[in-house]
Amino acid sequence: MSERMYISRDSGALCVGAEDVTNAFRKAAEKRNLGLEIVRTGSRGLYWLEPLVEVETPRGRVGYGPVGAGDVESLLDQGEKHPLCLGLVEEIPWLKKQTRLTFARCGIVDPRSLDDYKRHKGYAGLTKALQVGPEATVEEVINSGLRGRGGAGFPTGIKWRTVAQTPPQQKYIVCNADEGDSGTFADRMIMEGDPFVLIEGMTIAGIAVGATYGYIYIRSEYPHSIEAMEIAISKAREGGMLGRGIAGSKYDFDMEVRAGAGAYVCGEETSLLESLEGKRGEVRAKPPLPAHIGLFAKPTVINNVLSLATVPIIMSDGGAYYRDFGMGKSRGTMPIQLAGNIKHGGLYETAFGITLGELVDDIGGGTRSGRPVRAVQVGGPLGAYFPRELFDTPFDYEAFTARDGLIGHGGIVVFDDTVDMAKQARFAMEFCAIESCGKCTPCRIGSARGVELVDKIVNGENRAENLIVLEDLCNTMKFGSLCALGGFTPYPVMSALNHFPEDFGAERKRLVAAE
Amino acid sequence: MPHYEPWNAERASQIIAQHRHQEGATLPILHALQETFGCVPEAAVPLIAEALNLSRAEIHGTVTFYHDFREEPPGRRVLKLCRAESCQAAGGDALAARAEEKLGVEMGGTTADRRVTLEAVYCLGLCHSSPAALLDHDKVYGMLDERKLDALLKEAQA
Repeated sequence: MSERMYISRDSGALCVGAEDVTNAFRKAAEKRNLGLEIVRTGSRGLYWLEPLVEVETPRGRVGYGPVGAGDVESLLDQGEKHPLCLGLVEEIPWLKKQTRLTFARCGIVDPRSLDDYKRHKGYAGLTKALQVGPEATVEEVINSGLRGRGGAGFPTGIKWRTVAQTPPQQKYIVCNADEGDSGTFADRMIMEGDPFVLIEGMTIAGIAVGATYGYIYIRSEYPHSIEAMEIAISKAREGGMLGRGIAGSKYDFDMEVRAGAGAYVCGEETSLLESLEGKRGEVRAKPPLPAHIGLFAKPTVINNVLSLATVPIIMSDGGAYYRDFGMGKSRGTMPIQLAGNIKHGGLYETAFGITLGELVDDIGGGTRSGRPVRAVQVGGPLGAYFPRELFDTPFDYEAFTARDGLIGHGGIVVFDDTVDMAKQARFAMEFCAIESCGKCTPCRIGSARGVELVDKIVNGENRAENLIVLEDLCNTMKFGSLCALGGFTPYPVMSALNHFPEDFGAERKRLVAAE
Repeated sequence: MPHYEPWNAERASQIIAQHRHQEGATLPILHALQETFGCVPEAAVPLIAEALNLSRAEIHGTVTFYHDFREEPPGRRVLKLCRAESCQAAGGDALAARAEEKLGVEMGGTTADRRVTLEAVYCLGLCHSSPAALLDHDKVYGMLDERKLDALLKEAQA
């Protein structure tokens, strides 16, 4: 074995024992008198192979996984003959078939090293942005077709242009890292695996719109991300990449991390801004748009982690390069997250257009339990449940909308045939009731009534009538709520009911809307 | 293992003073207080309100809005089990019931010996390795099954 080894310190690797494995290697190397350097990286996103140990060889990095602390001695003895050897990591089909643009460096670089980032094309995007200037930068992002990766899918460049066109004053860049959707972890992976790309993206945004300060609002459930970003920010500052005169230019930009406090609704952009201001995370009515009146009533760009982390490659390789991937109005790549009861859980970045079936069956490998897949929830707690019959749906914003679903932040949660869909529908309402900010009635009261209705339906109380009332309630929430929490909770509820009526004791037919 | 100081108004005022000059200082102050005292007691509210020139009602409203902030310090260890969809799909419901039974508390409760507080959390972002859990501030666990959960409960109770 050679002397340099890479092991992830991403929390997804830590949760399955990466720290123990690292310590075991250090101990064994000492005992054997081996000069072993262990570089702690982020994760490649092949989480079912974590802890994944990569060893540098002249042919490239050779992977071993999933490695337990007990495998360390035999690994050092047997090297590439060990049964856990996966060959060259870059050649693992699961990784090789991906199109890694946003996640190009994740799992490869040391997330605490600015130099390593720069060696791997880091800050090439900022260099380009400084060359072409703010206006051309905004145009490049518009041309790329990049849409907000947080879930809403609004064109990122248009948001930027709106802020850029406001008169010069204090403006802010806010990064939404309140990744609360179950089934998603892409933001976490970037922050823990390639934090400088997010700093670079925010810096470019600042220059493009004339903002000098940024906030990254990270949920408190992500302590490792908070730490990783804070370390990277201070390294960037030391290296002259944040603060006054970034990279020797005339532009100033700095940023800080703010921790959330366990409120799901703060992932909604206006609620997040309220929270940053120190208030209850209650949703604001729009308009005014945050682009005009945002954080502390100043013009604010608020974008998701992935949107901002994709900006550097758009700048370095060009908007046209990015736009050439994808289908229809969904341009570029989407980091898709495979989760739940799944054999190959992890992050798969690929161009839009891949079908749900390919993702679940071929790439995900079906369920971990080995039982048949019955339903998948796409897009987090506010996303619809899809049955197998809809697995031909291509991963594309419009295609999912056409089938009463959404791709949201790109999470797919797989359920096997033991799932009770009425229970899932009830949970969707219950979650909305727990997390509602309380500002609008359809969400605050509707969700509580929704839980009661699902209970009545399952218990067989006036089932036919209550099914009509539930659908009517869902319509009220969908069209009457201020934000996506109340507005989209009907997606999981109605999709469960429409696709799996037998779980509610109802007949398997399309329900008629109440008049 | 976290160690919390007993409530002390003077100490609280010092912490508030350290953070009050930030823009939107309320949440950073609340986090700092909770880190020190294990909770944000009612007595902290007027101190924060005065330092930030806000009403007590506004601070009370903020403290009570967020799930993270406690009125009382938790047990010696805090174990958070993820109860969101991905972990539900991977057998999390049964594990949560097992944890409640073994500890003899419901979600949100603290064991009688004050060793462990058991809480539900809605997503730790470890959904690729569901079911997942968080012990104290940053010890993460994934791919839980009965055996691993039992070991984790033992660690938490130790």
